[in-house]
Amino acid sequence: MDDNVIEAINLTKKYGSFTALSNLNLNLSGSKCVGFLGPNGAGKTTTLKIFTDLIRPTSGQALINGIDVQRNKKKALSDCSALIETPEIYPSMTVREALSLVAELRGIPRSERGSQIEEVVAEVKMTDWLDKNVGKFSKGMKQRVNIASTLIGNPSIILLDEPTSGLDPRGMAEVRDIVKSLKKKDRLIFMSSHLLNEVADVCDEVAMIDHGKLLAYGPLEEITDKFSTVDDSAEAQFSKPIDESINRQISRINNVVSVERIDSRSVRIKYTGGLQSQEYILASLAGMQLGLIGFKSSSTRLEDTYLNLIKETL
Amino acid sequence: MIEMETMNVDVNQQIGTPGSLDQLFIITKYELLNYFRSRRFLILLIIGLIIDFILTGIIGYYRPQSFLSSNLSFYGGWVGQSITFIIILSAIFFGGDSISGEFQNKTGFFIASRPIRRSSIYIGKWIASFVASLLIMFIFLAITIANGIYYFGYSIPYQLGDAILFSILYLAAVLGFAFFFSSLFKSSAYSILITIILFLFAFTLMQDLISSLVGIEPWFIITYTAGIITNIFTVPFPAHIVHSTTQIGPKRTIFTTTYNATISEGLIIMAGYFIISTILGLFIFEKREFN
Ligand SMILES: Nc1ncnc2c1ncn2[C@@H]1O[C@H](COP(=O)(O)OP(=O)(O)O)[C@@H](O)[C@H]1O
Ligand SMILES: [Mg+2]
Repeated sequence: MDDNVIEAINLTKKYGSFTALSNLNLNLSGSKCVGFLGPNGAGKTTTLKIFTDLIRPTSGQALINGIDVQRNKKKALSDCSALIETPEIYPSMTVREALSLVAELRGIPRSERGSQIEEVVAEVKMTDWLDKNVGKFSKGMKQRVNIASTLIGNPSIILLDEPTSGLDPRGMAEVRDIVKSLKKKDRLIFMSSHLLNEVADVCDEVAMIDHGKLLAYGPLEEITDKFSTVDDSAEAQFSKPIDESINRQISRINNVVSVERIDSRSVRIKYTGGLQSQEYILASLAGMQLGLIGFKSSSTRLEDTYLNLIKETL
Repeated sequence: MIEMETMNVDVNQQIGTPGSLDQLFIITKYELLNYFRSRRFLILLIIGLIIDFILTGIIGYYRPQSFLSSNLSFYGGWVGQSITFIIILSAIFFGGDSISGEFQNKTGFFIASRPIRRSSIYIGKWIASFVASLLIMFIFLAITIANGIYYFGYSIPYQLGDAILFSILYLAAVLGFAFFFSSLFKSSAYSILITIILFLFAFTLMQDLISSLVGIEPWFIITYTAGIITNIFTVPFPAHIVHSTTQIGPKRTIFTTTYNATISEGLIIMAGYFIISTILGLFIFEKREFN
């Protein structure tokens, strides 16, 4: 079985009378990054904690590669690692020791441990801190060590719960780059986030959740096509002033809905058809020899989808 | 040759998650590493050494008869009084927040979300605190015995061996109980505080009240069983039930009954505490949610 599968079947979690997660059904498989998008309190952490047996579902099942996490956690997680919230490491331990602990627990042979630890530490850019105590690290540094620890043993499935939370903008960008680089290998990554642009930037697919209910799941494009009520738009800049006739010329390009003048040298083009038509429109504009010097798409469609879906559950 | 190599690579790739027992000892190893760097271990070690040095000084300077009349009274006076105190402190220092701390400090999250059974974590941690406590106990005893050899030569009474064995079982019992107790709490400070109150005051108080006022044997209180560690040095071993009368006026006498656990009773109750509290603690830790 080479395929990586994460499956939730009627997963429900109640705290007293409060339902944190309600009948979640989700089946993720293959090699890709799936974003788990929802506002704070939506039920993302709850879901990921159930998948790592940190908490137990009230009903339903969480399966990893077909193995029930509640029944056989050790086997279910043998090829899966997770970063849930921000775990702490014993302050007196060095990065190397903390990662050795994980490597030993995962059964990495002694001969490979050292090189593997150095590799994952390099991946999160913490090589200079390898033999320093974790105790005095900033939150961002600890989070990097935590991310490094999920890479030990090279697992095929990685669950990340808001990996960029609490980091400064540069740290966020770096962690996103790390997650993107993880996609290079044959892996299934399931990453929760309440940040729309993060999911759009890093993930291939999105599962949207709010109030404990799954709202939509699919490739980003598909979801936005289905739920967005606005058109994509792009700003085009030219080296020469644009007149009415040129405006009309642009309007005739396939899928263009409207063309508005912003100033004498730039226009806003609204269009339908997603990335494919964006590519076509850009190529057409360039081919028209109008002196195109800039083309910046500003898709608000994912945001619109997000807001539309979340509104429905309020 | 090439075939051999590819076979080796295959074997390596198939090495999976280690067995639960192996993982348990990995937890023990790193927990011990953490202990040896911790202030708590050092403080406890120093307390043990201070007791040793005070006794060494007092006996060397004042030469009290109560210690020096025989090797039995020497070891009884030294070990019988102090070792249970050191054991109780070990339970407080190492057991008090052993499990609650993992929840409060979020260090439990680092391990618990990995492919390992929770019981391996619990037992691995327990063994580490047992080993750390034993180490402190043995260092304390080494200095005791060095003094004993100085005064009495190499004749060491067999009662010392018995007392050490009882102490090891008593340590297992109080650590088991402290671990169980700490698995009930979310806050490090509370669980340490409650362990302190229970072991340093509440248990001995209850034990006295139950035996003197209610007049029943307080066999169900863990600190009661520690009496066998002290009493083993008394020859003959004290009677199980001692009735005594005290004249406090011309026509008034007070009857008091004191109880001494018998050796077999003491050992069974210690073992019972260890087994039952470990099973309960494991059960609670298994069920608890990491919130
Ligand atoms: N231990 C708990 N007891 C009661 N309610 C909880 C508990 N943990 C989480 N919740 C509630 O469940 C909901 C989902 O929480 P969570 O999964 O942490 O959200 P997210 O990670 O999407 O921000 C929230 O409303 C939260 O308050
Ligand atoms: Mg969360």
